[in-house]
Amino acid sequence: MSRCEGVWALRMVKTMLKVDNLNVAFNGFDVITDLSFEVKEGEVLVILGPNGAGKTTLLRALLGLIPYRGNVVWATEDISYLPPQELWERRGLPPLSIEEFFRFKAVSMERILNIFQRVGLDPSLLKRGYGALSTGQFQRMIIGWALVDDPSVLLFDEPTSGIDIGGQETIYSLLHSFWKERNLTILLVTHDLNVVWEHAETVLCMNREKLCYGNPHKVLTPEELEKIYGAGIKHYEHTHR
Amino acid sequence: MDFLPALIMSAFIGGVAGYLGSLMLSKRMALVGGPLGHLSLPGIALALIYGFDVSLGAFLFIVVGIIFIWLVEVRTKLPMEAITALVFASGVATSFVFLPEDKTVPALIGDISQITPDIVVMVIVLSSAIFFVTKRIYSKMILVSISEDLARVEGIDTKKFNFIYLACIALVISLGVRIVGGLMTAAIVAIPACTSKNLSKTLTQYAYGGLVLGSLGCILGIAAAEVTGVSAGSAIIMANTAIFLVSLVLKRAT
Repeated sequence: MSRCEGVWALRMVKTMLKVDNLNVAFNGFDVITDLSFEVKEGEVLVILGPNGAGKTTLLRALLGLIPYRGNVVWATEDISYLPPQELWERRGLPPLSIEEFFRFKAVSMERILNIFQRVGLDPSLLKRGYGALSTGQFQRMIIGWALVDDPSVLLFDEPTSGIDIGGQETIYSLLHSFWKERNLTILLVTHDLNVVWEHAETVLCMNREKLCYGNPHKVLTPEELEKIYGAGIKHYEHTHR
Repeated sequence: MDFLPALIMSAFIGGVAGYLGSLMLSKRMALVGGPLGHLSLPGIALALIYGFDVSLGAFLFIVVGIIFIWLVEVRTKLPMEAITALVFASGVATSFVFLPEDKTVPALIGDISQITPDIVVMVIVLSSAIFFVTKRIYSKMILVSISEDLARVEGIDTKKFNFIYLACIALVISLGVRIVGGLMTAAIVAIPACTSKNLSKTLTQYAYGGLVLGSLGCILGIAAAEVTGVSAGSAIIMANTAIFLVSLVLKRAT
């Protein structure tokens, strides 16, 4: 590609999400203040911040699930959302097979089998009860559920909470392969700095307000990390990308 | 008792109550049928005094109660079950202020001694309509139980669906008071659903199990009432309980 073509290609990348002066308050208490950023098509944005920083609230506001002030403009309605595992009801449900859970999306059996294979689950699990999967299997299953109808955007909140280190790496590798293959736009909430170094093109650090925003290799300095998480945090960027 | 009309009417009411009850149980609302039945008692009392249809009387009072519950739930986010508990006792108290003594038993445990063909047709039409509406919202309501946020992102209007769901409950309880009275309506929604849960592995088996077992309980109950002369409402509940006990044995055996 010539330099000129490259410039045109850059200019033609669609903005999938534009957020201007987003403010969210609960009971008069400001949870998010004056947040502005945008996400391009095919971009991986990692949202980083300590507990109580407003990360989950941000995703819920972006999806219109809670009231907010400011502007949130999506270029698509083709959005999938995976709430954090602890907000999924897994016990106390009626008998529900995994196949029936996928059928809620009205997709063909062929697509279900295909996505099952892609997320590395045995098709025999389709007959298994919804509450009978292990944590790792459940996480793969819900990733498959989110992607089975081919969304343009995936919002994923704490995808690896409660999963061991090996399982975490598998989940992120899986997301990475779908991102490359389908030109997915991904907004990912995590605490895991390794994920930022290895998978994010852009990072948004927040603690009720924007603290840093941009290429993680440029903006995530030790000083910035200290500002986000407080003194005492030590993290060394991996260099084997 | 006119055996065949009573049997047909009860089978339809029991079936749709069991089907909707399976959804109510999955939303931990199976017991709500009880308070709503109690809430209907003033309506049943008025219907018995002034000679109009008991389901109509029950429905009017339940609708007022449900609209109140729905508005409070939307505004406060208190659990629906807790709000229901707030309103039902007033229904019982009010009904006993003006319910004549000779009407107390029919109001409390039901009366199927005088059933006209018009009533049977009305029950068949209403039960079928409630079944098809419930079938349309069933999987969406289960997704709401899994995660309300997930359901809303999938385009489900949770407020609208909750309202339809509550309207179906109001209608089923209004029909249910015909056969088991205002006192025992929780049983015809809760027991078949519990039995079905014991015997099912998939959602389809569970939902249709509620329908079949609810119907079966009513058929056996009406037959037992015809043979023994006990009240139909009591016989239906005992038949449902007997089927539940059998399911416990079957569950243990599998």
